[in-house]
Amino acid sequence: MIQAFNALMKRDLLLAFRHRGELANPLLFFLMIVTLFPLGVSPEVVLLRKIAPGVIWIAALLAALFSLESLFRSDFEDGALEQMLLSPQPLAVLVLAKVLAHWLVSGLPMLLMAPLLGLLLAMPDPAIAALELTLAIGTPLLSLIGAIGVALTVGLRRGGVLLTLLIMPLYIPVLIFATNAVTAAAAGMPIAGQIYFLASLLVLALTLAPLAIAAALRISVS
Amino acid sequence: MPLTKPISPMPLLSVIDLECIRGDNLLFSGLDFKLYEGQLMQVEGANGSGKTSLLRILAGLSLASEGQVLWDGKDIHKQRSFYFSKVAYLGHTLGIKSDLSPLENLKITLALASFPFDETAVYRALEQTGLSGKEDVPARSLSAGQKQRVALARLLACPTKLWIMDEPFTALDASGVSLVRDLLETHLRRGGLVVLTSHQAVEVRGDVVRVNLSEDGLR
Amino acid sequence: MWKFLHKLASPRYFYAISGKFIPWLGWLTAVTLLTGLYFGLVKAPPDYQQGDSYRIMFIHVPAAWMSMFIYVLMALWSGINLIWNIKLADVMTVSSATLGASFTLLALVTGSLWGKPMWGAWWVWDARLTSELILLFLYLGYIALVSAIEDRRTAARAGGVLILVGVVNIPIIHYSVEWWNTLHQGPTVTKFDKPSIHLSMLIPLLIMAVSFKLYYLTVVLMRARIEVLDRERRSAWVRELFGTQK
Repeated sequence: MIQAFNALMKRDLLLAFRHRGELANPLLFFLMIVTLFPLGVSPEVVLLRKIAPGVIWIAALLAALFSLESLFRSDFEDGALEQMLLSPQPLAVLVLAKVLAHWLVSGLPMLLMAPLLGLLLAMPDPAIAALELTLAIGTPLLSLIGAIGVALTVGLRRGGVLLTLLIMPLYIPVLIFATNAVTAAAAGMPIAGQIYFLASLLVLALTLAPLAIAAALRISVS
Repeated sequence: MPLTKPISPMPLLSVIDLECIRGDNLLFSGLDFKLYEGQLMQVEGANGSGKTSLLRILAGLSLASEGQVLWDGKDIHKQRSFYFSKVAYLGHTLGIKSDLSPLENLKITLALASFPFDETAVYRALEQTGLSGKEDVPARSLSAGQKQRVALARLLACPTKLWIMDEPFTALDASGVSLVRDLLETHLRRGGLVVLTSHQAVEVRGDVVRVNLSEDGLR
Repeated sequence: MWKFLHKLASPRYFYAISGKFIPWLGWLTAVTLLTGLYFGLVKAPPDYQQGDSYRIMFIHVPAAWMSMFIYVLMALWSGINLIWNIKLADVMTVSSATLGASFTLLALVTGSLWGKPMWGAWWVWDARLTSELILLFLYLGYIALVSAIEDRRTAARAGGVLILVGVVNIPIIHYSVEWWNTLHQGPTVTKFDKPSIHLSMLIPLLIMAVSFKLYYLTVVLMRARIEVLDRERRSAWVRELFGTQK
């Protein structure tokens, strides 16, 4: 089981590495959406500082969805997904390997990019630290929840918009608690409560989401 | 259906009253058959008669709208993990990653099947399917027939009891066709089971039974 | 009991028996609805704070209850369908979705109409209204997914997974929105908490709630009957029923 988990994760990382040009796309997307806000709303520092947590987190949600869309796409097209479904290994574990590999090449870079965006939006240092922490817990959550939607829409043409419809409402709790933690940190207030809540959501998602993803894949590929 | 001297008294694969509806179309219903060790079943039928759907149901990928598929007398969905360790499925889409080399592709197959990786066995499988010298080139640079051969090498590298093959002869040249025939004959001799669809007449020596979905699967 | 349930789950039997129930349910719905409205709109006294505008509650509150109730029912049926593979369960889920979405929309619209005299605005980011809006998104997502998948069985199963994921998430979403709301609530916004509700208001409210449930039951059975007929149109019993050949 562990052997299969490792092999699948390594394979996906290798595939991502062989297409490393595409890895930058979600990141650019993330950066550009954030850039639009000073242009569209106002470059005034006080205002930017106020909306920064929400802006960065909403951009992160969109970028996560955008990059997740291809999670199972190529596997579905070339039949590798069928072979995965026919493995005697528990599918939930295999799926987790894929999600983890995907997070390593998409979520983790966002984490590295976020402080820069924080600076662009004039966030104070404690807020940037909180932003990093919330993203560290939150982006795997986004990947796990989003993968359920991806699994449900994998066989469909124009699944992208549909994916957004299905998943956005489920992202709301993450958005609420993460942005609030960042805002609270900026005001010098404690954020332990919000972080614990996000962490427990992550634990819940880690246990339940792979099962839902596996069930959804079996249905979509039938 | 001719039941020529079954090797084991129990059929390994049996299908009971199978019905398949796709979208609004009833593809087949009331389909029954049994398959014993060392038997090959060729599924025939017009285009759109549900050959691929049947194979996918047999492989455990799709659910039938009615009926059951039994492996060794037990519903395949009640023993999914065990059943999957007995089956190899070769579908329309081969499941070959075009950015990986044949060797890397086989490695992942073995890992998914929880087979230990044995380098010489894998090289031998690739050699047997005529891919010597191509082990490390990305699969995207292989021709359709060569990719098909990689998929066949998968069957050799991790041996299973039941092979389910959807049009295994397409895209293959004359030597490829005879390669598949040899593989099938060896597999049958060893007591393996095969279910396949094919446009071409397959001259495989051994215990070959046929099912025609357009006729047998009462519409 | 088990045998009876099994029999009931067969499309043919379901079609026959639901046909007998629907007229009764329809009449009961009409009677309870009229009684509820009479007591609610005529008999119940005006509220000392809100005057007559509170009476929209008799629609709003049962609609909001129904919106949750139907989602949970759909989750139950989806679970039954996914575990035991019972066709009737997915017929019921699919037939419920638009009804659930309609009740949610009704709750939103009546909430907004109620909000205008209460808050002076058509929309306020009140916790309940926001939760209801998100619930509407969940319903619409379900409907969009089911209609995007061609094969009915696959659609129902995929929708089932989505509903189950949704039902796990609803309490989390609800809690988050409540929490978010308490943080951002301005001092001027008054929440209409009703610590104690007068009996003359409670009775019509309960009658309305029963009436809405009966309405749902009536309509969902009607829809399910049509869905069953459509799905089974090739089978012998449907052909026999309508005396058609093939």
